Amino acid sequence: MGIFRWLTPHCLNALYLKSLYLKALYLKPLGLALLLVLSLPAHSQAEADSDQGQALLTNLADASPREMDAAIEAIVDSGDPRARSWLDAFGNNRLSRIEDTGQVVVVLRNVGRDWTIADPLTGENLGEISRRELDRVNINNAIRGKLEGVLAMLDLYSDDPEVQENAAEAMMGKVNDSVVNPLTKLLERDLPGPVRNRIEESVAIYQLQQGEPQARLEAIDVLTGSLHSNARAALNNAVAGDDPAVAARAKQALVSIEQKLKMNRAAETLYFGLSLGSVLVLAAIGLAITFGVMGVINMAHGELIMLGAYTTWGMQQLLPGQPGLALILSIPAGFLVAALAGIAIERSVIQHLKGRPLETLLATFGVSLILQQLVRTVISPLNRSVTTPEWMSGSLVINDALSLTLNRMYVIGFALVVFAGLMLIMRKTRLGLEVRAVTQNRAMARSMGIRATRVDILTFGLGSGVAGLAGVALSQITNVGPNLGQNYIIDSFMVVVFGGVGNLWGTLLAGLSLGTINQILEPWAGSVLAKIMVLVLIILFIQKRPKGLFPQKGRAAEG
Amino acid sequence: MPTSQFWLLRPLQERSTQIFLGVLFAAVALVTLLHLIIPEGHALHVSAYTVTLLGKYLCYALLAVAVDLVWGYLGILSLGHGAFFALGGYAMGMYLMRQIGDRGTYGDPVLPDFMVFLNWDSLPWYWQGFDMAWFAFIMVLLAPGLLALVFGFLAFRSRVTGVYLSIITQALTFALMLAFFRNEMGFGGNNGLTDFRDILGLNLRTDATRLGLFIATGIALAIGYVICRGIVTSKLGRVSIACRDAEARTRFLGYRVERVQLFVFVVSAMLAGVAGALYVPQVGIINPSEFSPLFSIEIVVWVALGGRATLYGAVIGAILVNYAKTVFTGVMPDAWLFALGGLFVLVTVFLPKGIAGLLQKRKKQEEDTDTDAAQPKEATA
Repeated sequence: MGIFRWLTPHCLNALYLKSLYLKALYLKPLGLALLLVLSLPAHSQAEADSDQGQALLTNLADASPREMDAAIEAIVDSGDPRARSWLDAFGNNRLSRIEDTGQVVVVLRNVGRDWTIADPLTGENLGEISRRELDRVNINNAIRGKLEGVLAMLDLYSDDPEVQENAAEAMMGKVNDSVVNPLTKLLERDLPGPVRNRIEESVAIYQLQQGEPQARLEAIDVLTGSLHSNARAALNNAVAGDDPAVAARAKQALVSIEQKLKMNRAAETLYFGLSLGSVLVLAAIGLAITFGVMGVINMAHGELIMLGAYTTWGMQQLLPGQPGLALILSIPAGFLVAALAGIAIERSVIQHLKGRPLETLLATFGVSLILQQLVRTVISPLNRSVTTPEWMSGSLVINDALSLTLNRMYVIGFALVVFAGLMLIMRKTRLGLEVRAVTQNRAMARSMGIRATRVDILTFGLGSGVAGLAGVALSQITNVGPNLGQNYIIDSFMVVVFGGVGNLWGTLLAGLSLGTINQILEPWAGSVLAKIMVLVLIILFIQKRPKGLFPQKGRAAEG
Repeated sequence: MPTSQFWLLRPLQERSTQIFLGVLFAAVALVTLLHLIIPEGHALHVSAYTVTLLGKYLCYALLAVAVDLVWGYLGILSLGHGAFFALGGYAMGMYLMRQIGDRGTYGDPVLPDFMVFLNWDSLPWYWQGFDMAWFAFIMVLLAPGLLALVFGFLAFRSRVTGVYLSIITQALTFALMLAFFRNEMGFGGNNGLTDFRDILGLNLRTDATRLGLFIATGIALAIGYVICRGIVTSKLGRVSIACRDAEARTRFLGYRVERVQLFVFVVSAMLAGVAGALYVPQVGIINPSEFSPLFSIEIVVWVALGGRATLYGAVIGAILVNYAKTVFTGVMPDAWLFALGGLFVLVTVFLPKGIAGLLQKRKKQEEDTDTDAAQPKEATA
């Protein structure tokens, strides 16, 4: 061991410190007296409270290296809420003594000749003091190493549940002889659930590795519920170990863990499926309006999505540093941009091709090519990056094996909101009524006084605007580039056709189920093959039920 | 005018087919002569590069004729004909790949380079037989034909028509593109099949072989045109046009609509396969991009520009658009997609009958003025 190597210089150091301290006492009695006099009345109340803290700190500062352990332990054992900050300062070389008074202070800023210091007891800023008047409370590497373990323990005692949880997480698999006892002691206290579980598991891992046979078996029981990878690793080791009883029990535990993992994986697949599905729903729902309700094939629909995504990007360029605000503003802006573009397409091209669906398809395909190339020429052929605001990044941790990314959750929610909004518009507003009337029987609707052209414009604008909304959402989960729309157009049509043309519920169900099927197939088929299989599946399905999942019935079907 | 009873000979007695074949053969002969007789460097000389380029246009023209057969005369807008074209191309590419033999980079006598690269130790079963030219040429017809048969059988039986069918055909070619991009499929993945050397024992890189391929393409186009013309002038063609205009009525008249549709669709797919097979040796590569939905929809715009349901219009459209593409991509590559997109819009909105429609209109006007002169009062009435 390297004990002697570090002991000697440290002793010298401490001696040196002490001599300095004494020197200070002798040389500046006057200043000391003055300070004491000045500080006595002001501190009298605080001193009574922080008597204990004062003593602990002084004890630490005075301690010889050999006594340091005890001094640190005393601080930890005190349960003082400020203990953490003291030890932090100590570990960072920020704990010093004022030569004159012997008062222990925390150095806030150690740049230049005069350092800013604060009272460790009250946290009060004590102003600046010359560097020369401060004595650092020294620390060496061995003590620092110990201190880290102690700090982790201290975090476990913290009042902040988040700090506690992180500390417990850090303990996982790192339990050794020195912390196992305090940890066991800690378990006697009242702890929040996750923290308790974590600590129990980490102690169990330790027991499984080091403990007595009986303790090992108990440890396995504790670990049976755990999904943490460290727990599994420890159990795997135990299976390979030499104790047959333990190995058998561990094997059993692993089987049950595997079962649980499977469930979690299924939940994860479902989540990914739903998120992919909601993207499909978003992309297709606008199409369900223009194609499904109006019967207009708009191959430029994908490019309207792309415009929505680029609007988000443009908004973020306009409001640098505020991605969240920009994103929220992009929702109306993306809707407007895409809706106006859609109306322009309707007025300039589609209205001339009424009743000729195949020609409409070709013409709008031409429009999509023009829009794509326009973006390539004006903005860039390369992908643009859209920042995800902070409140959308990160993930929601359910357990060790399952965490749900937040941005996808927002997209799922957004898709549902958009869907509900559209449903309301189509079912509850005058516009929706008129749209349904015009699609069922245009001539009759017109003779009842409905302005069919106006309805066309508004409907097309609505469908296109929803495509813009899809673009805003997509900008958060995929690359924003000129090809963005192209990647979704075929899928969108598939969703609409699969769900049954003219049926919004069908589109929702089709989108979600296609997304989920895709995600279920993906693990064993690969992403490309999964996509192909879904396409083939749809093609076969259309053969069987040409009108989709929910074919329109009655008069609407004849239109 | 004596009319032959045999459907394939009947078009040869038509005036329009005679003109078309005459122009086509004259053009091919002219290019051949200009290439062979006029010395290099002369202004009128046609280089081997141009010959191959023209050969490519003729392949596209044949493909456009195939699309016009189903779109113009059957009313089925196929957005997936690129798939049949590419399948024919792949069948030919596989034959050409096997002809390389041990001259590849890795020198394996049987396995193509990309298989050696992927550490495959034997030829997959579907590559067997492609070393024989006759087998490969049969596959050129059979592979697209079979796909069309299965796909068409399923689609037409359940009466999927119109826009739905268009979108499904697009999904079909999209799915095939994704599939062919995969290395595991055994078709060279992303890079496709390339680095060809011989066809039927002739070196592909010599000018003579290239000229031969050009002439062969011309002949194939002529035959394809005559076949299509024969079909559309036959009784079957009449029924097919009836399907296009009133499917339900035709069915109620007792015709088996789905059989007519299936037959015409399969023939069209096979023609597209032949076009692909002739395209590959001239271009020297076949890769999954031929499956891309964009290419398939481009074919449709050639037909639309030339004029639907005329066959010769498809040829004109294909050659014009592709010539424009060659020029544009050479001079201003960025502008090409604008031009193509604009073409889609303008043709469908302002020129629904295409160039052929313009020609017919003029002809009709002339006839009208003739009849006007003869019987002015009846014409206005």
